[in-house]
Amino acid sequence: MNDTNSKTPGARQPARRQFLIDMAKTVCTVGLMGTGLGLYAKQAKALPPLAIRPPGALPEADFQGACIRCGLCVRDCPYNILELAKPEHNVATGTPYFVARNLPCEMCEDIPCIKACPTGALDHGLTDINKSKMGLAVLIDHETCLNFLGLRCDVCYRVCPVIDKAITLETIHNVRTGKHTMFLPTVHSDHCTGCGKCEKSCVLEEAAIKILPAKLAKGKLGEHYRLGWDEKTKAGKSLVAPEIEHEYTLPEGYKYEQGRGLIPGSSGESVAPGTQPGFPKALQGDKL
Amino acid sequence: MSAASGAGGDTLAEKGWLASHKWLILRRISQIIILALFLAGPLAGLWIVKGNLAYSLTLNTLPLSDPYVLLQSLLAGHIPEKMALIGVAIMLAFYFLVGGRVYCSWVCPVNPVTDAAAWLRSRLGIKGGAHISRKLRYWVLAMTLVLAAGTGTIAWELINPVSMLHRGLIFGIGMTWTIVLAVFLLDLFVSANAWCGHVCPVGAFYSLLGKWSPLRVSAAQREACNDCMDCYAVCPEPQVIKPALKGAKQGIGPVILSPNCTNCGRCIDVCSKDVFHFGLRSAK
Ligand code: SF4
Ligand code: SF4
Ligand code: SF4
Ligand code: SF4
Ligand code: SF4
Repeated sequence: MNDTNSKTPGARQPARRQFLIDMAKTVCTVGLMGTGLGLYAKQAKALPPLAIRPPGALPEADFQGACIRCGLCVRDCPYNILELAKPEHNVATGTPYFVARNLPCEMCEDIPCIKACPTGALDHGLTDINKSKMGLAVLIDHETCLNFLGLRCDVCYRVCPVIDKAITLETIHNVRTGKHTMFLPTVHSDHCTGCGKCEKSCVLEEAAIKILPAKLAKGKLGEHYRLGWDEKTKAGKSLVAPEIEHEYTLPEGYKYEQGRGLIPGSSGESVAPGTQPGFPKALQGDKL
Repeated sequence: MSAASGAGGDTLAEKGWLASHKWLILRRISQIIILALFLAGPLAGLWIVKGNLAYSLTLNTLPLSDPYVLLQSLLAGHIPEKMALIGVAIMLAFYFLVGGRVYCSWVCPVNPVTDAAAWLRSRLGIKGGAHISRKLRYWVLAMTLVLAAGTGTIAWELINPVSMLHRGLIFGIGMTWTIVLAVFLLDLFVSANAWCGHVCPVGAFYSLLGKWSPLRVSAAQREACNDCMDCYAVCPEPQVIKPALKGAKQGIGPVILSPNCTNCGRCIDVCSKDVFHFGLRSAK
């Protein structure tokens, strides 16, 4: 540099250098802030499993671009179940959610929370609360659910506002006692609204049935799967011709009866040499 | 609390306490009334106003929405419902007329916090501090907008102390106080008016919104100025005063045109020579 023999640039350069340094500092600071906040925002997009959005909430990624955190949904919920997340909560700051185990959604017919939302973060297109999908109930613990233990509880089933559609009791033989039936609460995702009344009312200390975000709760078949019985109804006829009569491979001495399952048979079927009774035929000999 | 404990001594003697704090008092009343309206619902069941500064509904009919938050939402890819849009139109018109940063001095809940820090700073005689560019806020503003578009979320609202404090006061404060304390300490120890004058993108946004607003402070009686420097001492954005006050020779008019003037009126209060008053941009 020639700032020793040229006065004007020499006098100007420190100022210019200072300007460039300031500029670089500013850009770096803001860049760092932005990166940090960007990463934080990305993380905050993942809603913790027990925080449930109000009915009609857009998918989480869209919701956080749409909800301006005004709290009008909170105010207009007559049951005061909604809360705006505080910074220490694990939910994007200021956005509304509820925890079903504390207070479930009462599924108001006129859905005041949606009506109050000025942005459409709660979708105004949802007018039938029975079609809402706040989450999905899952009977998550088969080991403590009283009905699974063979006792009759049924509380979750009875409080469900969509009883017999969202939750049904499926009967199954109680092998432990040998002479009773178990009534297993079974959730059907096409009708469950995710209101959380079942979770709230589960009699256990820690609920055996819980509302989870649908994304966590639902499995997904591979695209290539075709369910034979569905295809059959769709086509109106069997897709395999001629239709094969189903063959049962049963343990020795048993027969199969629709609806009851395996029952000890009275058939005098001859036992092949070298086979053991009660052992599936298919696994015996060379019939695999 | 007065931001002018050191300055304005002459004024105090000449005009009396009330006259030398007129705009400050009005401003505090405005801040208190606005907050009280929001709090009357949750605290006393008097639902005149519902919501918070991001969006509010007054008497179940008048919607008001924050244009900066809505802009971020728009950039994040969401087109809001009608009510929010009407609310934005009303707010844009209002702040365009009265000056964008009127929001800062008359409405924003962080303003009393940073004013308190400034007052304490002058009381304790804390001088100097880190050099932060006043342009930083525009970079932060740009960053928040880019981030909204890039992440598809209203990212700044995750940490924005302005909305957090207001929401916290109305819906439960939680740990928000730590963030407010951080802003207070920043202003007290790191640099004078650090938050509002250098960082806050909300203020930056509103300054752009009020760039052409007709309501301005004017140094109409600038010949009477006795160089006591009191106005510089109380102004949260002292750099805006000089051109209007001292620009006569360069042919600069007496109206403070910088959009960063918050129209708080403290310079009017504190000047013993009655140099300043509220006027129109077009005034000579
Ligand atoms: S449907 Fe009713 S109870 Fe459920 S969140 Fe909305 S307002 Fe509250
Ligand atoms: S009313 Fe809508 S925008 Fe406001 S907090 Fe609730 S979901 Fe968000
Ligand atoms: S969440 Fe539970 S109570 Fe509510 S609809 Fe689903 S199964 Fe029924
Ligand atoms: S309330 Fe709980 S324990 Fe009872 S049946 Fe339902 S899930 Fe099982
Ligand atoms: S600059 Fe920001 S924090 Fe300060 S008064 Fe304005 S909006 Fe509030």
